[in-house]
Amino acid sequence: MEYEVVIGLEVHAELSTESKIYCSCKNAFGGMVNAQVCPICLGMPGTLPTLNKQVVDYAILMGHATNCKINNITKQDRKNYMYPDLPKAYQISQYDIPICEHGYVDFMLNGEKKRVGITRIHIEEDAGKLIHDEKFSGSLVDFNRCGVPLIEIVSEPDIRSSEEAKAYLETIKSILQYLDISDCKMQEGSLRCDVNVSIMPKGSKEFGTRCEMKNVNTFSGAVRAIEYEIARQIELVESGGTVEQQTRRWDDAKGVSVLLRSKEDAQDYRYFPEPDLRAIYVTEEHVAELKAQIPELPNQKIERYMKDCQLPQIEATLLAENIQKSKFFEACLAIGGVSPRSISNWILGDISKTLNERNCEIDELALQPTALIEMIKLAEAKTISSTAAKTVLEEIIDCADADVAAIVKEKGLAQISDTSALEGVVEQVLADNAKAVEDYHNGKTNVLGFLVGQCMRLSKGKGNPAVLRELLEKKI
Amino acid sequence: MELYKKTAAELAEMLAAGSCTATEIVEDIYAQIDAVEGQVDAYLTLCREDALAQAAEIDRRRAAGEKLPPLAGVPIAVKDNICTEGVSTTCASKMLENFVPPYSATVVDKLRQAGLITIGKVNMDEFAMGSSCENSHFKKTKNPHDLTRVPGGSSGGSAAALAACEATLALGSDTGGSIRQPAAFCGVVGLKPTYGAVSRYGLVAFASSLDQIGPMGRSCEDVAMLLSVITSKDELDATSTDCAHRDDYRAYLDQDVAGMRVGLPKEYFGEGVSQEVQSAVLAAADTYRRLGAEVVEVSIPSTAHALSAYYIISSAEASSNLARFDGVKYGYRAKEYESLTDMYVNSRTEGFGDEVKRRIMLGTYVLSSGYFDAYYKKGKAFQRQLCCEFEQAFAQCDFLITPTVPTTAFKLGENVDDPVAMYKSDICTVTVNIAGLPALSMPCGKDAAGLPIGMQLIGPKFGEDKLLSAGHAYEKATGWHYALPQIG
Repeated sequence: MEYEVVIGLEVHAELSTESKIYCSCKNAFGGMVNAQVCPICLGMPGTLPTLNKQVVDYAILMGHATNCKINNITKQDRKNYMYPDLPKAYQISQYDIPICEHGYVDFMLNGEKKRVGITRIHIEEDAGKLIHDEKFSGSLVDFNRCGVPLIEIVSEPDIRSSEEAKAYLETIKSILQYLDISDCKMQEGSLRCDVNVSIMPKGSKEFGTRCEMKNVNTFSGAVRAIEYEIARQIELVESGGTVEQQTRRWDDAKGVSVLLRSKEDAQDYRYFPEPDLRAIYVTEEHVAELKAQIPELPNQKIERYMKDCQLPQIEATLLAENIQKSKFFEACLAIGGVSPRSISNWILGDISKTLNERNCEIDELALQPTALIEMIKLAEAKTISSTAAKTVLEEIIDCADADVAAIVKEKGLAQISDTSALEGVVEQVLADNAKAVEDYHNGKTNVLGFLVGQCMRLSKGKGNPAVLRELLEKKI
Repeated sequence: MELYKKTAAELAEMLAAGSCTATEIVEDIYAQIDAVEGQVDAYLTLCREDALAQAAEIDRRRAAGEKLPPLAGVPIAVKDNICTEGVSTTCASKMLENFVPPYSATVVDKLRQAGLITIGKVNMDEFAMGSSCENSHFKKTKNPHDLTRVPGGSSGGSAAALAACEATLALGSDTGGSIRQPAAFCGVVGLKPTYGAVSRYGLVAFASSLDQIGPMGRSCEDVAMLLSVITSKDELDATSTDCAHRDDYRAYLDQDVAGMRVGLPKEYFGEGVSQEVQSAVLAAADTYRRLGAEVVEVSIPSTAHALSAYYIISSAEASSNLARFDGVKYGYRAKEYESLTDMYVNSRTEGFGDEVKRRIMLGTYVLSSGYFDAYYKKGKAFQRQLCCEFEQAFAQCDFLITPTVPTTAFKLGENVDDPVAMYKSDICTVTVNIAGLPALSMPCGKDAAGLPIGMQLIGPKFGEDKLLSAGHAYEKATGWHYALPQIG
């Protein structure tokens, strides 16, 4: 049987506010274990939370960027459960009135526009971390992360494949980055997600029973977890079984998910309104002020790159979804003088290759937009060959004050287009390759390419191939 | 000079006039403690050394000509659920027997800034749950008026220390009557301020939406002076407010009660309220009439259900607030356990007393999925209804007068096996917390056995000044002065 897959995602994003959500501790990753804590985020007896308003603003920004309705009056609730990394034994979160709800995001996938609904976005606090090590028995707790502000972005079950899930996650990540409200550093855990998966016979209108997978910490992990879960559920159904509602834990290292708890053991969080905090009131004016702060988002950039820069959708998307590349691209555009397509080709081609090799972002390179533009200008004017251009890139990529003209001069990379300077080369090559000349005259005109190559070699790569070709055709 | 018997107002005057020193006062208080504490058992911790050092510092500053706040040098007892940096804060629980907070409650900081001298930490019912102080893990405090009787609770240590003149002022906390009921039983004055008027930061939470720290003393003037020190909006408590804030409540004490309307809510008189208590409170109403006030009958019809709603809301919040005591970070940890769950269960089973466990179970139950709507939600709906009824009553009068407790102090051990009988002791006080109102309890006579009777004055939100002036007028009119009971 053919199955349709239904996926919903809950993304937890740590917000990059100055201080924590309910106390004045610095909100920063790293630092000594249990050094970024105070009696409040440690939940010591008698201490009380006070809400960091920046968290509310950031959540509303995300709500605007995902076309949500913003609730002017919301409240915070306690989610009660005991675990050593949760010092109050409850997490302050939002239960029935999230700050944002009923939104959506659009993204392009395989040339088509896809829309995924956003059920809700709410604010909450992060918990600490348990530390296990072979050096000691038992567990230790690091409370530094306690009280780091989070938004949880819950999608509608609108996603139909792991590919769509990945594209959705990339979209959410790029929006967070454009809004500058989260570091989105997966390796530091500032972006995590829970994945809900169910299957149903193709064409069915009724969703199957879903399973939730927790602890998915990378986008590629999300793809693997989804694919694993789809396969598990199909196998279960095909062998005559039924899918039961479960919470499973994704083990990315082993590539498997394991049962955490079944429906019967579902935790009762005993939510109730947080009595230590007052209701949150956000005025309509403030909501509007925040809306005015929303920058151009990736979707709008993609459209603009396609329309104004004549970039194909795939290239436009690749540039727009990566905030660093997009910024670099736009810095290059601002300098101008070369075609946007050339800039895009260089960023997404040779430069991206280096980024992948080094596993870094473009803003971590010393490369300056001015240098890249200078180099492209020379290449477009045929002053240097494309091979020479690559050599120039190698020189400027790690140099913040590179002088492109000086490099070309120093390395002798300038292309020779002067016919009188090249005639000797052409004559020499024709003389040395009598067989090829004969083949040419016998109709094998494609040997011309070979002859151009020979001329290039003889000119040590400096001859302008177009000029050489012209001369060859004339003299052969 | 018997400094320990004096009111805070009297001591303030003497200190300002230079007729006594803070050191003399503090030494005198400790002498009284040495004399009677063996019988009263009000204190859990004494801060003798620090108190004397602080007194010496106050005296030095005053001698140097510095202008000090009025209560600088006056001794105070602090309830043991209010965090004091470097001084153990146990909540009278085995769970926190060794807990020494590295921070102070906002009110404790304010006491220190005002120069008040903390004599020690006083006994209470464990985590403020109880009405007799008998739920303390450490000791049973006795009522100085009759050592076979309870001082009330949960702020029983605060009230008993005041009644036995082991402190001049005291801080208590009130979630359902915990300041007012012991004040009534011990014949002292206690004020439960409007919710939000005093910062809760550093008060170990029992029921966050109902808890309020309040001042206690042996006269309304003293309570007014202490309230002035502790009230304010606090950046560390989001529920605190400076709405209708007064810098000095003593300045309002002489507001005339003539022309005021005093409401007698009929539901607070009648069945269950002892005849002697009823007569004493009605006599107090007559006193107000004589002073030129008009006495009117009003009604708070929902009062009958208040106790149920109170136990739902307070226990629900308590079950969540007390979940942090898990043996992981501080407090009691069981010696024996085999797993994390084991450690939680054993630590909490061994660390909490019966009453606390009863409330945690009750609270967990009412918040459980499937029961939330039937209990917690209903309790909150009741709260809205009750607030409306009080608002209607205050449209007809300036303040209400009721008994604080239906009876006078009961015998030690009398109610320990009957939690419901114990809960009924708070029947007149819980409505005030649910509605977030201010209320004052003060003595209004004695029963045949010579035990103090307390009356409760309930005001509209932020009507503390009105309540204190009404109480002050009553004290003046009746010529009432606190008399130290014969102890021993």
